[in-house]
Amino acid sequence: MSNSVISVISRFLEEYSTSTPTKLKMVDAYLLYILLTGALQFLYCLLVGTFPFNSFLSGFISCVGSFILAVCLRIQINPQNKGDFLSISPERAFADFLFAHTVLHLVVMNFIG
Amino acid sequence: MAEPVTVSDNKHKSQVNSGASYSGNGRSSAAAAERSSGGSGSSSGAGAAGGGLSGGLTQPAGWQSLLSFTILFLAWLAGFSSRLFAVIRFESIIHEFDPWFNYRSTHYLSSNGFYEFLNWFDERAWYPLGRIVGGTVYPGLMVTAGLIHYVLNLLHITVHIRDVCVFLAPVFSGLTSISTFLLTRELWNQGAGLLAACFIAIVPGYISRSVAGSFDNEGIAIFALQFTFYLWVKSVKSGSVFWAIGCCLSYFYMVSAWGGYVFIINLIPLHVFVLLLMQRFSRRVYIAYSTFFIIGLVLSMQVPFVGFQPIRTSEHMAAAGVFVLLQVYAFLQYLKDRLTRQEFQTLFFLGVSLAAGVVFLSVIYLTYTGYIAPWSGRFYSLWDTAYAKIHIPIIASVSEHQPTTWVSFFFDLHILVCTFPAGLWFCIKNINDERVFVALYAISAVYFAGVMVRLMLTLTPVVCMLSAVAFSCVFEHYLGDDMKRQSPPAEDSSDEDDRKNAGNLYDKAGKVRKHVSEQEKAEEGLGPNVKSIVTMLMLMLLMMFAVHCTWVTSNAYSSPSVVLASYNHDGSRNILDDFREAYYWLRQNTEEHARVMSWWDYGYQIAGMANRTTLVDNNTWNNSHIALVGKAMSSNETAAYDIMRSLDVDYVLIIFGGVIGYSGDDINKFLWMVRIAEGEHPRDIRESDYFTPQGEFRVDKAGSPTLLNCLMYKMSYYRFGEMQLDFRTPPGFDRTRNAEIGNKDIKLKHLEEAFTSEHWLVRIYKVKKQENRDRVEHKLRSSNANKQKYTSKKTSKRKRGYIRNKLSLKKGKKLQKKFL
Repeated sequence: MSNSVISVISRFLEEYSTSTPTKLKMVDAYLLYILLTGALQFLYCLLVGTFPFNSFLSGFISCVGSFILAVCLRIQINPQNKGDFLSISPERAFADFLFAHTVLHLVVMNFIG
Repeated sequence: MAEPVTVSDNKHKSQVNSGASYSGNGRSSAAAAERSSGGSGSSSGAGAAGGGLSGGLTQPAGWQSLLSFTILFLAWLAGFSSRLFAVIRFESIIHEFDPWFNYRSTHYLSSNGFYEFLNWFDERAWYPLGRIVGGTVYPGLMVTAGLIHYVLNLLHITVHIRDVCVFLAPVFSGLTSISTFLLTRELWNQGAGLLAACFIAIVPGYISRSVAGSFDNEGIAIFALQFTFYLWVKSVKSGSVFWAIGCCLSYFYMVSAWGGYVFIINLIPLHVFVLLLMQRFSRRVYIAYSTFFIIGLVLSMQVPFVGFQPIRTSEHMAAAGVFVLLQVYAFLQYLKDRLTRQEFQTLFFLGVSLAAGVVFLSVIYLTYTGYIAPWSGRFYSLWDTAYAKIHIPIIASVSEHQPTTWVSFFFDLHILVCTFPAGLWFCIKNINDERVFVALYAISAVYFAGVMVRLMLTLTPVVCMLSAVAFSCVFEHYLGDDMKRQSPPAEDSSDEDDRKNAGNLYDKAGKVRKHVSEQEKAEEGLGPNVKSIVTMLMLMLLMMFAVHCTWVTSNAYSSPSVVLASYNHDGSRNILDDFREAYYWLRQNTEEHARVMSWWDYGYQIAGMANRTTLVDNNTWNNSHIALVGKAMSSNETAAYDIMRSLDVDYVLIIFGGVIGYSGDDINKFLWMVRIAEGEHPRDIRESDYFTPQGEFRVDKAGSPTLLNCLMYKMSYYRFGEMQLDFRTPPGFDRTRNAEIGNKDIKLKHLEEAFTSEHWLVRIYKVKKQENRDRVEHKLRSSNANKQKYTSKKTSKRKRGYIRNKLSLKKGKKLQKKFL
C-alpha cells in the first residue's frame, strides 16, 4: 500500500515538473514560501503563547489570505481553465490580485495593533 | 424560458403602464400614482414602441435603460414618501425606545469625534456599573449618520443631527430597492428586478422597521444584506476576485451595522455546501468562497463588538468548516485531473478520511474544552423555542420575540405571501448556482420568520424577490408578442372552455396559475381575451397590494410611541404628550447628577430626553441589576427603600395608564418584573404571592395583600382613590384593568410625589433622605396644661384681688376633675 502511494506521488511529481508551464511553477514556488511562513508563525504561537492574540491572528490570516489569493490567481491564469473564465483575462486576474492584496494588507495593518 | 427578450417585455410593459394609468387615476395611493406617472413618463416611449411593433425599435437599449432608471427613481420616491406619515402628522422626532440610544450615541459622535466615540465609557447608564459603549454597540448606524452629517455640514448645508437621524431610514430604503433590483436582475431578468424594487419600496414588513424617525440598525442593515447578497451572486457567477472583495467590503459594512450578520455568515457556507452536494462544484465557487471567507473573517474582526467571536463561537464554525472542506475538495479535484483513476483512488480514501477525521475531532475537542463557546442564548432560542421561557425570562418577555401569527404574515406581506411559493417553484424548476442560493435563503427565512415576529424583516426581501419572479413569469407569458407565436387559433370548444375557466378565475388568486398552466399545456396559442383578462386581474391584485401597503403604513406603523394621539367623535385629534412633558420636567427641575430608577423599557428615553443617569435600560446586559430593580418594585415600601438607598436612587419614574386606559403601563408589565426578580431572589419574591388564592391577578379589594402593599401598586395608585373620572364610575376606577382599586388611602413613607403628568401617564416620585432621628412610635404625652375651659372676659372679674377661674367648692359634692 505504502509502496503504491510512494510510486503514485513520485509519478505525480514527475508529471508535474514536465507538464506545468513556468509561470505556474513560479506561482507554486510563491505558494510554498507562503505556506512555510504560515507554518512557522503557527509554530511560534504554539511555543510562545497567544499573547497578543490580535497580532498573531493578523499575521496568520495574512499568510492564509495571501495563499488563497495566489491560488485564485493560479486558477485564473491557467490556460487549461480558460473555459471557466471567459471574461477574465490574465491581466485582469493580476489586477484583481493586486487590489485584493491592498485591501488585505490595509486590514492586517489595522489589526496588528 | 427564463431568459426572454427583455426588449419586447419592456415594450409591452410600457403599454400596459399607460393602460393602467387610466384605471389607476381614481386611487390616491402612492404606488398607483407611481405607476400612472411611470406610464405617462414612458408614454413617449410607448408611442415610439407602438410604431416599433411592426419594425424594430429605434435604440431599444436606450429606452430600456431610461425606463429602468425612471422606475427605480419612482420606487425610491414612493418608498421615501410612504415612510413620512409620522413626520407629517406629528413632527420630526425620534420614535420608540432603542432609537433614542442610537440618537444619543450619534450626537456624542458628531460632537466629540470618532475616536472619542469608539472609546466612550458611559457612566450615565447602568448606575453604578456604567457601560462600555464603544465595545458593546454596532457602530455602523452611528458612523453612517455621523458621516452624512459631517459631509453635509462641510458643504455648508447646515442640517441638525436629529434630522439626519430621522430621515436616514427612508433614504436607505431607496438604496435597498436598488440593491434588490440588482440582485433579482442577476437571478432572473430585468423585468423581475424592477417588480422586486417596487415591491420592497412599499411592503409593510420592511416599512415597520424603517419609518422616518425609527433610527434603528435594521434601517441600514437590510440594505447591507441585499447588497452583500448581490455581490455574492455576482462573484459566484463571474468567478472574479474583484467581486469577491466587493462582497467582503459589503459584508464588513453589514457586520458593523447589525447582529443579524450571523445569518449571512451561515447562509453563504450553506449555499456552498449544498452546491458541493449537488455536484455543482466549479472553480468560480472555490475562488468566490475562499476569498470571501478569509478576507471577510479578518474584516469582521475589526468591529470591536465582534472582536474574536468569529473564531471562538459555534455560530461561526459552519463557515470555517465549509472553508476547510472546500480546500480539501478542490485539492482532490486538482489531483483527479492530473492522475489516472487507479492512482487517484489509492490516495483518495487515505486523504479524505484523514482530513475529515482531523477536522471533526478538532472541532469536538475545542468545543468540549470550552475554547469554542457553544451557541449563545439569543441564537439557541431560535432552534429550541421553549428554552428562553424557562431559562432566560428577559428574552421571553420582549414582545417582538414571540412566535409569529398567521395574521402577521398577511398583514405584512399581503398577496406577496401567496405568490412567493410560485416564484420559489419557478426558481427550483430552472435551477442554476445562484437560484440554489435564493431557494436556501427562502427556506431558512421562512423558518426563522415563523419562530419570531421580529424576524419577519429578514423574510420580506426574499418574498419580494420571488413574488417578482412569479409575476414576471406570468406577465411574460400573457403579454408575449402575438407575432412570435404564429400558432393557429384554438378551436371553438377549447375557447369556450377557456372562457368558462376564466370565469372561475375571479375566485382566488392562487387558482389562476394552476388553470392557466394546464390550459397552456393543452394548446399553443391563447386567445387575446384570456390574455387581457389575466393581465387585468394581475394588475388589479397589484393595485390592491399598493392600497393595502399604504393603509397599513398609515394606520399601524406610523406611530411615534412617544406621543400618543386619540381621535374624538368629530374626528378632531387629541394629542397626549405626557411622556415628553415628564421627561422635560425631569430635565429642568432636577439636578444634573440625579439618578432615576424606572423599569428598563424607558431607560433609553430617560437618558435621551431627560438627560439623567439611569439604573437599567433597554440594553439588558446585566440581568442581576434588572432583577434588583424588579425586586425593589415588587417589595413593600421599607424593603424597597433599602434597595433604593443602596443604589443611590433619587427619583423613581413609573408609567400609569389607569386614567386614559393606556394598556402598556407598568402594572400590566408588573408580572414580568416579578418573574425576573424571582429568577435572582427566589427566597424573597414569589410570583404566586401576587395572585389571589383562586389564581387571578386582581387590583381591586380582592387582590392579594402582597400586591396591594408593594411599591409599584402604591406608586401607581397614590391619590388615585380621590379621582373620579366620570359620573358612572366610582372614584378610583382603573380604566385599563376595569376595576375599582383596592387600597384607596395610600400613604407613602419614604417617597414623596414629585410630578404627575397631565393625564397621569407618567408619575415621578422623589426618594426622601433618611430622617435625622429614627422615629419612635410613642403616644403623645397628654397634659391638661392648655385644656382651659373657655371663659369669656365678661364673666370673670378683672378687678384686682380676684382670682380668675377659681375652683369653687360646694360643700357636700366631690370635686370633679375633668381630664380632657
